[in-house]
Amino acid sequence: MTSVPPGIAVAPELPELLPAVNLGRGAVGFLRRHPAVAVGGTLLLFMLLIAVFAPYLGTVDPTALAPARRTRPPSAEHWFGTDMLGRDLYSRVIYGARVSLLVGFSVAAFSSVIGLAIGLVAGFVRWADAVLMRVMDGLMSIPPILLAVALMALTRGSVGNVILAITIAEIPRVSRLVRSVVLSLREQPYVDAAVAAGTRTPMIMLRHILPNTLAPMTVQATYICASAMIIEAILSFIGAGTPPITPSWGNIMAEGRALWQVKPFIVFFPAVFLSITVLSVNLLGDGWRDALDPRMAKGL
Amino acid sequence: MLAYVVRRVIATVPVMAVVAFFVFSLLYIAPGDPAAVIAGDQATPADVERIRQSLGLDRPFLVRFGEWVWQILHGDLGTSIFTNLPVTTMMAQRFEPTLSLMLVTLVFAVAVAVPIGVLAAWKAGTWIDRVIMAFAIFGFSVPVFVIAYLLAFVFALELEWLPVQGYTPLAGGIWPWFQNLILPAVALGCVYMALTARITRAAMLEVLQQDYIRTARAKGIGQRGILFVHALKNASVPIVTVIGIGVALLIGGAVVTESVFAIPGLGRLTVDAILRRDYPLIQGLVLLFSFVYVLVNLLVDLSYTLLDPRIRY
Repeated sequence: MTSVPPGIAVAPELPELLPAVNLGRGAVGFLRRHPAVAVGGTLLLFMLLIAVFAPYLGTVDPTALAPARRTRPPSAEHWFGTDMLGRDLYSRVIYGARVSLLVGFSVAAFSSVIGLAIGLVAGFVRWADAVLMRVMDGLMSIPPILLAVALMALTRGSVGNVILAITIAEIPRVSRLVRSVVLSLREQPYVDAAVAAGTRTPMIMLRHILPNTLAPMTVQATYICASAMIIEAILSFIGAGTPPITPSWGNIMAEGRALWQVKPFIVFFPAVFLSITVLSVNLLGDGWRDALDPRMAKGL
Repeated sequence: MLAYVVRRVIATVPVMAVVAFFVFSLLYIAPGDPAAVIAGDQATPADVERIRQSLGLDRPFLVRFGEWVWQILHGDLGTSIFTNLPVTTMMAQRFEPTLSLMLVTLVFAVAVAVPIGVLAAWKAGTWIDRVIMAFAIFGFSVPVFVIAYLLAFVFALELEWLPVQGYTPLAGGIWPWFQNLILPAVALGCVYMALTARITRAAMLEVLQQDYIRTARAKGIGQRGILFVHALKNASVPIVTVIGIGVALLIGGAVVTESVFAIPGLGRLTVDAILRRDYPLIQGLVLLFSFVYVLVNLLVDLSYTLLDPRIRY
């Protein structure tokens, strides 16, 4: 202690109470902290690339018939073998990625947008809330797969109709979620402040409510994407989905069904691709949710 | 309590009304004119018109809806276009296999899912927890028919432990009945188990942080007593809720599982009805499944007061 005037004590140096948390920065840091997002995202990206570049991956025309080469097991020429009509299974499975991803992403996008609109209106307009939520409750009490199946019975099988049917089946869940978020956000002081400042309702919805619903919405959208891909496969599998001419994983499995005890590889390859794709989306959703809400990470 | 039960039962009426309205619209907008079908190819437009009037098909939508609901309330779901049998008869014939499959699946899935969910919460953060949660994500991601084929391939075709497919009625003996249901129930139960295990873990983690758990521990109660008596009881409301909601997964999954394992139940009937565009039968099946689903969730709601005496209505 050097010259300290009498009567004055020097405060001891503060110990390092809060050591700096070493948080990685940027995208790499984010992915390192959330391995589920990294793994899921990589797998999904891989499937996306397969779907986009399907024609350049050593595939042949997935609908080309070759009756002379029916149900061949996997070989150097036909990596995944051939189906009952002699079509190359490798090409069909690769092209099948297009249908699954298209259905998954479209349903997630459409049902999110429509569900968001319904949820916002229900959360803000009292009289509409009662009506909309009764309708949603009714639709929700029909199991989603059954609802999609029933809707498909009305129309001819096409990818567009499959997307429409699954979207209708998924909308109630999104609008319920959005509505519950909106109802809790409405009580926030900053919304009161906006009201007090004379902000009009549409502006409050757009500026103060909508951005805060987006985080839980994106999580919900990934789960819807996964569920839509499974429902598409189920619809095609039972013969009420995409038309048989379109190579989709559900269709390939439906065709392999009759022979699965003797030629299990026909069912095996599309099953593996479908499972990996759905798994990647679910991993992405789980990781994304934990990243958005660290409190939830310990929970669910 | 009684007032609550009555109110809760009444609250299901509008829900079922929406379902009924939707299901009726399904037939109303379905392609094809029933009058033209009945009249046959030789009929003149006048004949078709006469049949349409005699069937009452020319009357307004709401009148027909009201009449249809009236019929349903009297237990008449119409006649199948394909077999000409009453829809109720056709559904009654297929009821047992589906009910068996669902009950076995439900019991099996809950009996596995709740203990592993508790285990995961107890060992949270360890490798046991990670293995269980990884299993849960797989359960969510692998579609039911993929699991079904995998199980059938391993346990029926390769190992020959269990029958590949088919169904034996309960009247044919308990073991033959059960034997045929093991693989379908495991396949169908996977998603359900994954869902229930995840929620059980989450609910348990929440409860285990509460003060009364610390008090119980301080009193010297053993780990098992704390987990299963103090914690699980308090975590039971969300668990039972998800068990009820998950029945929708069982219903949707049964449609597929019954197709894979050739079980002559309501799920298989649904697939046949869809492929034949048998609209009255589709209507009846959607109504029945939705009714069961609403009923299960009503029972779940009513069970809250039994599970948690703090909940009073």
